[in-house]
Amino acid sequence: MRQWFERHVQTMVGSLGRLWQQPFAALLTILVIGIALALPACLHTLVQNVRAASGGWGYALDVTMYMKQTASLEDTRRIAAKLRQRRDVDEVTLIEADDALEEFRKSSGFGAALDALTSNPLPHALVVRPDASFRSPEQIASLTQALRELPEVDIVQLDTEWVSRFHAMLDVVRRIVLLAAGLFALGILVIVGNTIRLDIENRRDEIEVTKLVGGSNAFVRRPFLYNGVWYGLGGGLIAWLVVTVAVTLLADPVKRIAGLYGSRFELEGLNPLGAAALVAGGIALGWLGSFIAATRELRGIEPK
Amino acid sequence: MIRFDHVFKRYPNGREALTDLTLDVGRGEMVFLTGHSGAGKSTLLKLIALIERPTRGNLLVNGQNTTVVPRSKIPAFRRQIGIVFQDHKLLMDRPVYDNVGLPLVIAGVPEKEIGKRVRAALDQVGLLGREHNRPIELSTGEQQRVGIARAVISKPALLIADEPTGNLDPELAVEIMKLFKRFNDVGVTVLIASHDVHLIERFRVRRVMIEGGRVAGGDPAPKLPSMQAN
Repeated sequence: MRQWFERHVQTMVGSLGRLWQQPFAALLTILVIGIALALPACLHTLVQNVRAASGGWGYALDVTMYMKQTASLEDTRRIAAKLRQRRDVDEVTLIEADDALEEFRKSSGFGAALDALTSNPLPHALVVRPDASFRSPEQIASLTQALRELPEVDIVQLDTEWVSRFHAMLDVVRRIVLLAAGLFALGILVIVGNTIRLDIENRRDEIEVTKLVGGSNAFVRRPFLYNGVWYGLGGGLIAWLVVTVAVTLLADPVKRIAGLYGSRFELEGLNPLGAAALVAGGIALGWLGSFIAATRELRGIEPK
Repeated sequence: MIRFDHVFKRYPNGREALTDLTLDVGRGEMVFLTGHSGAGKSTLLKLIALIERPTRGNLLVNGQNTTVVPRSKIPAFRRQIGIVFQDHKLLMDRPVYDNVGLPLVIAGVPEKEIGKRVRAALDQVGLLGREHNRPIELSTGEQQRVGIARAVISKPALLIADEPTGNLDPELAVEIMKLFKRFNDVGVTVLIASHDVHLIERFRVRRVMIEGGRVAGGDPAPKLPSMQAN
């Protein structure tokens, strides 16, 4: 086992040394892989941020409940208390009918006309804010449905239409990101495969000699697999760097725009898990690309 | 050690390299294969190393029937044979140490032991201290000795060589042949293809004449004063 490990470390370092001998060629390959990985990674980061930003628009998802005229302030308070117990409710604000009238009197300019009223025509109202983790269109819909079914409630108001549209669009964009990632992954396989194929072609004599003295296909293939792994690792790190730089450059302007809209939203880069996934993806693609190319090519090289 | 049993070899281009060749080489024997170039000597050696397969007939090497060795087992099969080539087949961009140690690296021998055995093998061929040179810095004769060190480092029971002295001047050629003889003296079966009749005559070794793809004659080890090289 230690033997095996030692061999692998040796091959790994050896293959790195070989890449080092042609730093320009290796760097080009790594850059191409890095850019190919960075594009979907940037798109993904964008989608993540849009989702986070739309989460901050929670107030737009508030549900307003107008009680029936017959419902007393006591009834309304009781209902508010009950609603606060619900898991999918974050906050319930009670707007008393008298306060609402007062507010309306001040802001509408109909003061004199309102004085003519003998009783308050406005009902009590409750503003329900859904919990942050219950904001998908379906969850909001089920919450409003539950509110509608309360007997004391007259009207439940929520403009969910734009929320559904927004989420639908986000879904499309996410699919596009996946599609792009798939295409770029395919591209990386081709790039790595072709690089490894040329590499093998250049070392044909060495491979023949190794096979002559008893080297198996797996033995001959191993350094090329490590080449692929190095390419992938380098590409993954480059991609991570690109995303990080892009996010850093955009962070300030985005913060300013968000500030103008009264939001405290801030652009976020890849989290550690995302970064790890990016690099691991690069390594996996590098390995797979070289595996396919090396397995195909090496079978054709036999000593004569 | 080696038994050719009515072996035929026809190449894809239609050339008949071996026709009904039958040959027995005993364990510990040393044999010179002689004959004109194109007689089938090289093909015979390639069949032993499983570089080529017989078209017809059976070939036993070290107790194994080569016709049934699957492709995936060829590397393991080759590891029990030492092979020396006329053009050395060295890795020109690697030091002598890497070249000689390659079979051990393939076999997964620990690094420490590889160092010891590389030096021992180089000592046997008289190249101790040259392990850090590149083959290009060595003379042809020295390169051939590196090739021999690589062939014997895993202590194979069988050593085959195809025109190992083809590019060497007569004195160096004798040196190389003496080297092979020394390995034979310690029990290694040695099979050497060579068209250099004058060189071969200086050694008391069995000769097999190949002509037109079959055994055309031979001598058991002749009663000649051997090793009279000046």
